[in-house]
Amino acid sequence: MSGWLVVVISGCYLGVLFAVAYWGDRRKDAGRSVISNGTIYALSLAVYATSWTFYGSVGRAADTGAGFLPIYLGPTIMAAFWWFLLRSMIRSSKRHRITSLADLVAHRYGNSAVLGGLVTVIAVIGIVPYIALQLKAVSDTFALLRSGAVTVSHESATTPVLQDTALYVALSLAAFTILFGTRHLDASERHEGMVAAIALESCVKLVAFLAGGLYVTFGIFDGVGDLVNRAASNAETAALFTLQPHTSYQSWFWLIVLSMFAILFLPRQFQVAVVENVDERHLNTAIWLFPLYLLAINLFVLPIAIGGLLVFGRGDVNPDTFVLALPIATDQPLIALTVFVGGLSAATGMVIVETIALATMVSNSLVLPSLLWFERRLSRTPVTSGPAAAGAGLPLASFGYGGDLGRLTLRIRRTTIVGVLLLGYAYFRLAGEGPALVAIGLVSFAAVAQFAPAIIGGLLWRGGTRNGALVGLLAGFAVWTYTLLLPTFARSGWLPESFLVEGPWGVGLLRPEQLFGLHGMDDISHGMFWSMLLNAGCYVVVSMIGRDREPRHFATLRVGTELTGLDGEPAGLSRVSVDELQILLQRFLGTEAAKNVLEDYLRARENPNSPLATSRVADGELVRQVEVLLSGAVGTTSARVMVASVVNENEPLYVDEVMDILDEASQVLAYSRELERKSRELERATAELREANERLQDLDRLKDEFVSSVSHELRTPLTSIRAFSEILRDNLDLPGAEREKFLRIVVDETERLTRLINQVLDMSKLASGTVQWNITDVDLGGVIQDSATACEQLFEQRGAQLTVSVPPCVPAIRADRDRLVQVMLNLLSNAAKFCAPVDGQVSVTLCTEHDDLRVDVTDNGDGIPPTDQERIFERFQQGPRAGNGGDHGTGLGLPISHEIIRHFGGRFWVQSTPRHGATFSFTVPMQPIRAGRKADV
Amino acid sequence: MRHRLISSRLAAVGVLGFLLLNYPLLSLVDLPLMVLGIPLLWIYLYLVWGALIAVLALILRKAE
Amino acid sequence: MKSTRVLIVDDEPNIVISLEFLMKQQGYETATAADGRAALSEADRFRPDLVLLDITLPELDGFQVCEQLRAEHGSDMGVIMLTARGREAEVAKGLALGADAYVTKPFSTRDLVDTVHKLLGTPRCSGG
Repeated sequence: MSGWLVVVISGCYLGVLFAVAYWGDRRKDAGRSVISNGTIYALSLAVYATSWTFYGSVGRAADTGAGFLPIYLGPTIMAAFWWFLLRSMIRSSKRHRITSLADLVAHRYGNSAVLGGLVTVIAVIGIVPYIALQLKAVSDTFALLRSGAVTVSHESATTPVLQDTALYVALSLAAFTILFGTRHLDASERHEGMVAAIALESCVKLVAFLAGGLYVTFGIFDGVGDLVNRAASNAETAALFTLQPHTSYQSWFWLIVLSMFAILFLPRQFQVAVVENVDERHLNTAIWLFPLYLLAINLFVLPIAIGGLLVFGRGDVNPDTFVLALPIATDQPLIALTVFVGGLSAATGMVIVETIALATMVSNSLVLPSLLWFERRLSRTPVTSGPAAAGAGLPLASFGYGGDLGRLTLRIRRTTIVGVLLLGYAYFRLAGEGPALVAIGLVSFAAVAQFAPAIIGGLLWRGGTRNGALVGLLAGFAVWTYTLLLPTFARSGWLPESFLVEGPWGVGLLRPEQLFGLHGMDDISHGMFWSMLLNAGCYVVVSMIGRDREPRHFATLRVGTELTGLDGEPAGLSRVSVDELQILLQRFLGTEAAKNVLEDYLRARENPNSPLATSRVADGELVRQVEVLLSGAVGTTSARVMVASVVNENEPLYVDEVMDILDEASQVLAYSRELERKSRELERATAELREANERLQDLDRLKDEFVSSVSHELRTPLTSIRAFSEILRDNLDLPGAEREKFLRIVVDETERLTRLINQVLDMSKLASGTVQWNITDVDLGGVIQDSATACEQLFEQRGAQLTVSVPPCVPAIRADRDRLVQVMLNLLSNAAKFCAPVDGQVSVTLCTEHDDLRVDVTDNGDGIPPTDQERIFERFQQGPRAGNGGDHGTGLGLPISHEIIRHFGGRFWVQSTPRHGATFSFTVPMQPIRAGRKADV
Repeated sequence: MRHRLISSRLAAVGVLGFLLLNYPLLSLVDLPLMVLGIPLLWIYLYLVWGALIAVLALILRKAE
Repeated sequence: MKSTRVLIVDDEPNIVISLEFLMKQQGYETATAADGRAALSEADRFRPDLVLLDITLPELDGFQVCEQLRAEHGSDMGVIMLTARGREAEVAKGLALGADAYVTKPFSTRDLVDTVHKLLGTPRCSGG
């Protein structure tokens, strides 16, 4: 086939891709995005399938049977975890305007520019082999198609560079990519057109491969069954039916792990999966549609591999090229061309997205930060603020790029794209001849796998620190270089073979593919094992060692809330005018865009003032918005530095903000705890008050009852007095006997009334402690005798007998004599009232008991039931059957006596068994005996 | 939340897939046997793969 | 001619004496009781037309007696309650339980006699 035909057709195809991309961008600008669709999203993810899938898998299958498969199983398994992992990556990235892998890592670890730079370097170096493999695939298949000779001689190693197809492939791809992705700077780093083109490209390669597969299976052979049968009869091909012995399970395992990491951390995958994502709901489709795509594109790999082996045998034809060689060998130019375009599509897709992603990283995370750093180092001019000096004060002014900083960025990116492709070509020339495509690709996979501990650890483990990530990455990268990258040079002759076989300087333990004597693993597993071990190990250990010193940035990445002070203003930010911010934005987004952005923002805040009152001070929110917008264009690190320099502030915001907010939060916490405590106290006080109130109410009720009792008691004698007085007044002709009787009643009741009133007063005085006590030495014996004498008449009237037994010598006590007499009279009169009606007996005894004098008054009446024994000491409570025609008690006698005795420090009680009389007793404490103080009887 | 339910179901599928498609389970099917005229290993791999995808799709369809 | 009968219930003997004198002076036949139970049995036996009933009584109190009297004798029997406690609650309670009148102690003899007359009608002249 004519080479020029191929070139033309390729050119047309690329032209179609470009047209689609252009159309996609135009539609986006018009607001009608074409890619806002879960299917398109999933198809864009299929950029994962490159020439490696298209050609390399078949080559691998020809060697190892199903051993090519793990690379696609891994992403399927990882898809299940995408729901959580990828979703949070997408959310964090959207929130913080993270536009590349390097940005993600840098941001998570405190916007560390060093970390971002390291990630970029690793990514670039790591991807170079991958680019090389695409170049190799395209140039080999191009040569194959052009020459029609399936056995390609390996001349390319000695072809002069300028005649090397691969170089031109590289250059054309570079030009194409520059046109594709660096026409302008977008704050969000999104390329809708590119995504549309990639989705188309995924469809093309799938169709092409299926076409090739169907042709081989059903065109050359009679279906899968036929293929397998024939393969079974061939010893070589039959061996491919199982994994063993050509593939170890270990290798299988590591390949799955490797591809799981690769689907996340390949720069192009991050670009399409995270940065280009329009709506996280598209994930729902991608999670199953993408693995389905992989399944579909891999359906015919084994048939093609076996077919190729059966047709060509082993040796002359490179198995990597079977997909194309078979249609060529069987004279199917159309199919061959289709296959070639499919392969080209796969390679182009990979190169475009990968190099754009790398270029973004290089410009945002490597070059710009370095330039800024240099500028600060070299110029050291203090930053002035204010509209007039705004231009002079902005970063990079000293570099003479007074113009659009955005143009600088674009220039950096274009250079990177060309550079990366040339590096890819260089690697291809140096080390890409020998190995199979897959082998080269796996080396790149292993490189990006080094990001796993830092990123996954960063997402899941709060304790991951910047230094940990740094050391881990360096260690992993170093191991990767040593165990995987260098050997590829050694095998191509650029390093001595002894390096591999005997180790550097003959040190066997340091042999790159059997490090420290670990053998039995293939090179990839071996490399992965050591690099992951050291990477993750250092990450964890260094993080834990340095845990205290580093501020916590974890929260901001995962939770993604913008930190502000409690009044909405970020803590610790100095003032900057809107004008200065606008100038900064202009430098990157252009005048128009900057103005639009600011106006939109201010309008959204419903600011009644004129949108661009440039002398206005920008509030913290606006500053942050500007930073976010800028970070889309230049990466978060650079954006921060620039905004910070304009705002005249040097500290990283996050630490201070967090500290201030923590302070305020802890203050609020302390305050609320204080409040809680006070309210609890208040509750307690209220409860106590309520109790006291209830007690008062009880007492009040008692008082009311007392008052009503007293009033009742007083009214009773009054009733008689009044009634009889009125009777006497109204009946002047009453018989004398009756008159006398009535008058006597009046007098009696008057006395009763007086007595009652006196007692009430007495009781009240005693209770309130306002009694005048007349304390003298008292002879209790004498008191008893006198009382007995006073009651003689009463006892006579009752027909009861009173016995008094008092010892001759009674120690004197200090008391009020009259009161003691009152008590005795009360007891004696009670006894007289309640003793047996016939043959009543009352006895009084006096004795000493410990330190007291004790008096007992016993009667032989009916006794007092136990239920009443306490009640009778209460006011106005009278014992059962009060009175027997005799005088009525007031009910106050006993309470008063009780009070009196209590005042003297004695006890007063009753003992009684019903129907066996009662004994009232009281004690009065004696004085401490003073010598010679004995009363005479 | 349903989100967490879906997340854990999906994660379970992921873990299941990882186990099914790896040693030691893999060594059980890595035999020179034929099923319907196709090597056992190949059938196993593609079927399990397909089944996993189907389950993923099912879980996500329910999420909609 | 059957004379009107009045039952006097009070635990204070002197008050009973005064009330008896007053009722007899008006020409009524009197009986007395000093506690609640005695009051009820006397009411059954004596079948008075009017009861002068004290509240504070031993055994049953005046309210209970009133209640029972009403239950047993309906409105044939007039009931005047006497008490030293003049609280409104007591008055209301008494009237609710069926007392026809309520007199607080110390009472005016004239007022008491007037109330009795209202309930029983002016007595005929008794001899002597």
